[in-house]
Amino acid sequence: MNEKEWPLYEVFIRSRSGLSHRHAGSVHAADDQMALDHARDTYTRRMEGVSLWVVRSDLIVASDPADTSAFFAPAEDKIYRHPTFYKIPDGVENL
Amino acid sequence: MYTQGLDQKGKVVQSSDASESADQLDAFQKRVDAEDKIEAKDWMPAAYRRTLLRQISQHAHSEIIGMQPEGNWLTRAPTLKRKAILLAKVQDEAGHGLYLYSAAETLGVSRDQMVADLLSGKAKYSSIFNYPTLTWADIGAIGWLVDGAAIMNQIPLCRCSYGPYARAMVRICKEESFHQRQGFDIMFELSRGNDEQKAMAQDALNRWWWPSLMMFGPNDSDSKHSAQSMAWKIKRFSNDELRQKFVDVTVPQAEFLGLRVPDDDLSINDKTGHYEFGDIDWQEFYDVLAGNGPCNRQRIEKRGQAQVDGAWVRDAARAYADKHATAAAA
Repeated sequence: MNEKEWPLYEVFIRSRSGLSHRHAGSVHAADDQMALDHARDTYTRRMEGVSLWVVRSDLIVASDPADTSAFFAPAEDKIYRHPTFYKIPDGVENL
Repeated sequence: MYTQGLDQKGKVVQSSDASESADQLDAFQKRVDAEDKIEAKDWMPAAYRRTLLRQISQHAHSEIIGMQPEGNWLTRAPTLKRKAILLAKVQDEAGHGLYLYSAAETLGVSRDQMVADLLSGKAKYSSIFNYPTLTWADIGAIGWLVDGAAIMNQIPLCRCSYGPYARAMVRICKEESFHQRQGFDIMFELSRGNDEQKAMAQDALNRWWWPSLMMFGPNDSDSKHSAQSMAWKIKRFSNDELRQKFVDVTVPQAEFLGLRVPDDDLSINDKTGHYEFGDIDWQEFYDVLAGNGPCNRQRIEKRGQAQVDGAWVRDAARAYADKHATAAAA
């Protein structure tokens, strides 16, 4: 098996209109059209979707899990972004 | 979709790599204990990675090899309806294999490498698929018993600590229940048929019962990897617990079919509410695992031939893709 492996694609499915696409898994394919066909045969045999996205895995830019705490740190100390931070005086309604 | 006690191999997981500090291992175990899921790029002990890779790839190979005994009856299914159903089931097995190969690839081994390991005999698959499917009733028995045993194994795997494996298992379990019911449906129809059909169903049960019990792997006392896999929450129940559960739900189904489970020692314990069953012939299990089952060589030969036969298709697809990529760039 010295032939080159087909590239990997990540598969995203919209299960019905109104919902966003969600990651389902991955497939290998020689080109984009084949990736769509393989994704359909592999991940939607039971009407699981009304729309499919496939994207080459090596094109995805991802955050590094090792840097998770530093990367998301700017959000950590801003509790005033949450409505529960504010104290509402008694007697005030619809707020 | 199928998994047996894939931890039965004699190889003991190597101790943690020297570079791993006690703090790292401790932090990892705390995450697992807190039911936090481990994702592909997260730090994990080398032994955890190896254990998962072995288990998931063996599981994937089992799905792919499992297509062969059932595919054997595609051209001889008794009706068009049965043929269409079996075709859908065999296609599902291929799909399950693909979900699992994808999950295993996230651990850093290529699909081609996994296939090469299967063909060279380095990687194993569930020993149940080394038994032949001699009659149509075997298709019923496989769905009912083999897929039934697989479901027992797989439902806890949906909560496995490794995210990609757990997600693949959720998808697989949803599809598995169709497989088991179609098997029972075949057995039910045969069991309500003429004498010859009933005998065929009984014969299939006779041959598949014990190998199905072996699918759960060795007894807990002989299971080498179990304790570590439980600590890592890859496994949630022991081999013997799952086997007992399977016997408890399946024996009444056999009674409903009017079939006899081929075990003279089988009886229900009124105090515990559990069935007690006879000893498993572990020598047979280890023989089949070692490559000496009825169909081991045939299964691997056929898989290897398919790889060779498909080479020109893969080459052509790649040539077509390259040509169009060049044309688009020009």
